[in-house]
Amino acid sequence: MIPQRTATSSTLTLYVNDTAHTVTADHRTTLLDVLREHLDLTGTKKGCDHGQCGACTVLVEGRRANSCLLLAVAHDGAHLTTVEGLGDEGRPHPLQEAFHERDAFQCGYCTPGQIVSGVGMLCEAAEGHPSHVTPREVLERATGAPAELDRDEIRERMSGNICRCGAYPYIVRALEDVRHEVTRADGPARASGGGREVPA
Amino acid sequence: MRPFTFERATSPEQAVSAYAAQPHARYLAGGTNLVDLMKLGVETPEHLIDVSRLPLTDIEPAQDGGLRVGANVRNSDLAAHPAVCRGYPALSQALLAGASGQLRNVATTGGNLLQRTRCPYFQDVSAPCNKREPGTGCSARDGVNRDMAVLGHSPQCVATHPSDMAVALSAYDAEVELLGPEGVRTVPAAEFHRLPGDTPQQDTVLRPGELISHVTLPAPPPGARAAYRKARDRASYAFALASVAAVLVVDDDGTVGHAALAFGGLAHRPWRARTAEEALRGAPAGAAAFRSAVDAELEAARPLSDNGFKVPLARNLAVHLLTLLADSSTATAGPAGPHSPAGT
Repeated sequence: MIPQRTATSSTLTLYVNDTAHTVTADHRTTLLDVLREHLDLTGTKKGCDHGQCGACTVLVEGRRANSCLLLAVAHDGAHLTTVEGLGDEGRPHPLQEAFHERDAFQCGYCTPGQIVSGVGMLCEAAEGHPSHVTPREVLERATGAPAELDRDEIRERMSGNICRCGAYPYIVRALEDVRHEVTRADGPARASGGGREVPA
Repeated sequence: MRPFTFERATSPEQAVSAYAAQPHARYLAGGTNLVDLMKLGVETPEHLIDVSRLPLTDIEPAQDGGLRVGANVRNSDLAAHPAVCRGYPALSQALLAGASGQLRNVATTGGNLLQRTRCPYFQDVSAPCNKREPGTGCSARDGVNRDMAVLGHSPQCVATHPSDMAVALSAYDAEVELLGPEGVRTVPAAEFHRLPGDTPQQDTVLRPGELISHVTLPAPPPGARAAYRKARDRASYAFALASVAAVLVVDDDGTVGHAALAFGGLAHRPWRARTAEEALRGAPAGAAAFRSAVDAELEAARPLSDNGFKVPLARNLAVHLLTLLADSSTATAGPAGPHSPAGT
């Protein structure tokens, strides 16, 4: 709905992990604060609150974004996937399993953002998106073929997620483990996708 | 953050009318910079006009073989578009050298041009800053000025423009299409941003209420090779200390047929190196000519106390990039047009 010009808050609907939530929020409220403070979805973390650390990463319409920089009022009707929507204890996402297997964390605060960003990153690579370290001749060929993810590529594509414990070496390995397995974002947020990736 | 009212624009024209009715308004697109500045108290709009859902999302062929890009095309989509990767690789490279994957997915083409400086004094509302609050003074000139401008700065402001994309657009002779209360007009990308002079609060030539609708790239010159290089403190996800975009054509006789060169991180706007380009036209395409042309350009540099390193850094980036492009032009010459060896 389009709010009145005098209102400084609005009522809006967000589709989070396939569930509709209607909330009334001050216009200053970010998606991050709606998730955490209104919907009690506290898996998404607030780190820097300025788009620099990546702890707040969610998928918006299947694409990774910093939820701390997105105003909720501008996202009425949006489909979000948070870490809670990727998997749970009974049925973890392949990347969550890989993080567990590889011990890819210490304090764990950045981990939800790393995992959601990782899923988004693997989807971008599957769609053939180049990166800063993609060789020039591959970039200029622009075949649309899935990007080959070596460690340099993974590190470059994950540079928007900071880990102050320095767990990077095993974060990279966890992503390497599932790089051919995760090719689309899970959950209903993905307009062209559908079902959940199930571990083999 | 100050409370504000909000509306969603229904068309570009309606957005412009809405702005005219609300002088303390701001257009909101991706918001990756505006929302951050609102949190910092640097931007205090009373009304936001959400233009992010306007259908300015196409990348389509333009007249004469060029490319027309809607203002709402996301940085990641522009960087990955086959027509950009193949025809304008320096633009892809510049976009991919900027920000993070998350930010590029959200940031728009129009918003990238309109992002503000990352000068720490501009972002700190407790510090004097002529750009944020005209007449209060410049904290950066005699402060921590390592990241500041070396070209075109004024006593009032030494800030740099942070965009990578804009540097590539400048070198490609792109144009910015604007829709405003008085209609449509077009401004060359190289002249869209301005030098600070006595009015550093104005980053661009945008008039009040004007909205960026498109960016148009002309067809690249035939046979052109282009690339973008960036030097920064980290290997990824950092603003440029210095960067350079170059578009080069080496003619069959081994001389420069076309050279466009633009620097980032050195000035209040992408610095189109017209002096160097003039010196290069018709010169033998080799390191010696590249060095002397770039040196001639950078003679205008006036470094501050702690950023003199930017001059040789920019020089080396530019000379190396031009040499690489000249070599690759020679290497890719077809049998119909053999090149003489380029320079050294």
